[in-house]
Amino acid sequence: MNASRLTLKNIDIRLHGQILLELDTHVEPGAPLTVMGPSGVGKSSLLAYIAGFLSPDFQASGEIYLGERCLNGLPAEQRKVGLLFQDPLLFPHLSVAQNLMFALPSRAPDRARLVEQALQAVGLEKFGHRDPATLSGGQKARVALQRLLLSQPKAVLLDEPFSRLDAHLRQEIRQHVFQTLRDAGLPTILVTHDAQDAAASGGPVIELK
Amino acid sequence: MLRAAPWLMFGLLIMPVLAGLTAIVLPAFGYLPALQQTEPGLMVWRELLNTPGIGRSAALSLSAGLLTPLLSLLLVMLFLASTSGTRWAHAMRRLVAPLLAVPHAAAAFGLAFLIAPSGFALRLLSPELTGWQRPPDLLILNDPLGLAMMLGLVLKEIPFLLLMALAALPQLNPDQRVTMARTLGYRPILAWLWTVAPALYPLLRLPLFAVIAFASATVDVALILGPTLPPPLSVRIIGWFSDPDLNRRLLASAAALLQLAITLSAIGLWIVAEKMIARLYRKLLLGGIRLSGHALLNVAGKSLMVITLGALLLSLLLLVIHAFAGPWRFPANLPGSWTSQHWLSVGSVLLAPLSNTLLLGLMSTVLAVLLVVAALEHESRQGKATTRLLWAIYIPLLVPQVAFLYGLTLLLEQLRWQPGLLLVGFAHSLFVVPYVYLSLAEPYRRLDPRWQQLSATLGASPNRTWWQIKLPMLMAPIATACAVGLAVSIGQYLATLLTGAGRVSTLTTEAVALASGGTRSTIAVWALLQSAVPMLGFVLAITLPRFWWRNRRDMRGQLT
Repeated sequence: MNASRLTLKNIDIRLHGQILLELDTHVEPGAPLTVMGPSGVGKSSLLAYIAGFLSPDFQASGEIYLGERCLNGLPAEQRKVGLLFQDPLLFPHLSVAQNLMFALPSRAPDRARLVEQALQAVGLEKFGHRDPATLSGGQKARVALQRLLLSQPKAVLLDEPFSRLDAHLRQEIRQHVFQTLRDAGLPTILVTHDAQDAAASGGPVIELK
Repeated sequence: MLRAAPWLMFGLLIMPVLAGLTAIVLPAFGYLPALQQTEPGLMVWRELLNTPGIGRSAALSLSAGLLTPLLSLLLVMLFLASTSGTRWAHAMRRLVAPLLAVPHAAAAFGLAFLIAPSGFALRLLSPELTGWQRPPDLLILNDPLGLAMMLGLVLKEIPFLLLMALAALPQLNPDQRVTMARTLGYRPILAWLWTVAPALYPLLRLPLFAVIAFASATVDVALILGPTLPPPLSVRIIGWFSDPDLNRRLLASAAALLQLAITLSAIGLWIVAEKMIARLYRKLLLGGIRLSGHALLNVAGKSLMVITLGALLLSLLLLVIHAFAGPWRFPANLPGSWTSQHWLSVGSVLLAPLSNTLLLGLMSTVLAVLLVVAALEHESRQGKATTRLLWAIYIPLLVPQVAFLYGLTLLLEQLRWQPGLLLVGFAHSLFVVPYVYLSLAEPYRRLDPRWQQLSATLGASPNRTWWQIKLPMLMAPIATACAVGLAVSIGQYLATLLTGAGRVSTLTTEAVALASGGTRSTIAVWALLQSAVPMLGFVLAITLPRFWWRNRRDMRGQLT
């Protein structure tokens, strides 16, 4: 997989004229950047800005590069930036396999086989036809990650994706997500207020105040 | 394309209203070239003011416009106060939507069957309690004060206000407010009245103004239950408009302007009263009354609502009984025999009104849902809410129908437009669009924005996201909005009568036409048919999404 770094140049996000966040850094594949801080400091706004759906109530400036490609001005769906939310957010009206199929680019050949492989990779090969509501929390989290990977992103953003999981699952899913993203060689930004998340990521940490 | 939707919607709602109101101004002052009336002056007004009983007609319209919303509001507030936090509120939400589907005319006919001198209520009491062997000679229906008419209006407006209140309440966190006040020593009902009611009222203001406009200018309910000598102003306008003497149209124009003034004064008086009541309310609230009258409020709140909704349900049941009743002598409680004869006799003339009704409902609902969904989707893609447009949505509901629809009809006649289904369908959509918007806006905006964002990060374009994610997830509320639109279209009497030039017959126009001179059984059959179609719409809107998503558990909770 061709990996390229994610560069954040002079990012500056304001709400009603007040500075929420300033950032100037870059993220290498395999070394996830962790952004930590209490709630309300604009961590999620940073992810929304990179992904391309920051609400127009905010004023933001600064350039985002994925390799040589400038993302500014591109609509969210053309940025190739995947996002894991706090909740797995499996589309409730689609089956598990349809959730994965939806993420797959339309030009991909042999779509059914790719979906089948993605389910196999997380031990859920029998679950394709299931209603996502019948899956356990851990299974949902795995499907959400597989769905993100099938959309073939070039960078990944994690918005406290482990905070809603039970304590015993959190460790396991965290390992699984970081390992998978490292193997895929994707530059990753993790937003969290859990120090254990930061430690598990094995990359640089930025603390916001 | 999407960007044009809000403007298209407001254009559709506002232009006809403005055009209609403008069109009655000149004729009201004696200028209508089509009838060789070209000398402006005040003669028309002089004639109007000299019309016998005109003052009484105006007073009837004004009092109906004020008392109907007042009574409905009091009942709804008392009921909500006495049932807050109980299972009642939940049960009521299920009952209210189908009741709202019953057209005004059908409810009015049912009520007439209930309270008329030969009606069901007196049959139950006679002869045991009253000693009457024949229907008493009492003027209960069409009473000169318009009490029966107002009762009929209140019965229909209560479900409307209740639905609006139940939809608005969750955002106010009523349980939290009540608990807080109770820890300060207030009994539950007073706690609700002091802490929730003042926050709820502003959210009911626009719906209340719509009730004022409707009640002060109703035609169909007035024809069925209202006074006849003289009738309310709105009925007289229609009478003059359909008079063979075309010069009466000048009079109708002036009366329509008067109607507008009456409705606006009713709203104005309401606003003045609001201010005074708010001051009194604050005084009581700050007086720290905690305990007094609790039992009375509790009983009154629940029983009055049970009586009102019970009367409405009983009225509907009476429509069913009458539709199958054989000979039914007074004071027997039930008909002596049953027959399907009434249905057979209606069957032969049913086809045209039924197909017109369905076509008009389909046309106006499809147009309305397309416009409203496009406008809401545009808003959602902008990422900013635009609530100030709510007033514009309400315009056709705040201006008395009879005033601008009459003007619109005058205008269309002068432009020599052929009246027909298409035109009537457009007229219906003036009222269908606002209700579809009111029904759909809240669920559409409440859909978690993360679904859209997630879909975009997976590489789906906004259009693909809409078709594959938002449309299926919003299927249930969209189906409900369609049912609401259909019900509103079916209930339209005046819009059909005026813009159809009396030549487009629907279930509603047929039913209302029977108000004078139809037999009870024939009336009952038409009124039932008129209620059945919207009811069927609601049943489908609730069951189809449930069936469709039977294998998707998380899609079943979202049925609103």
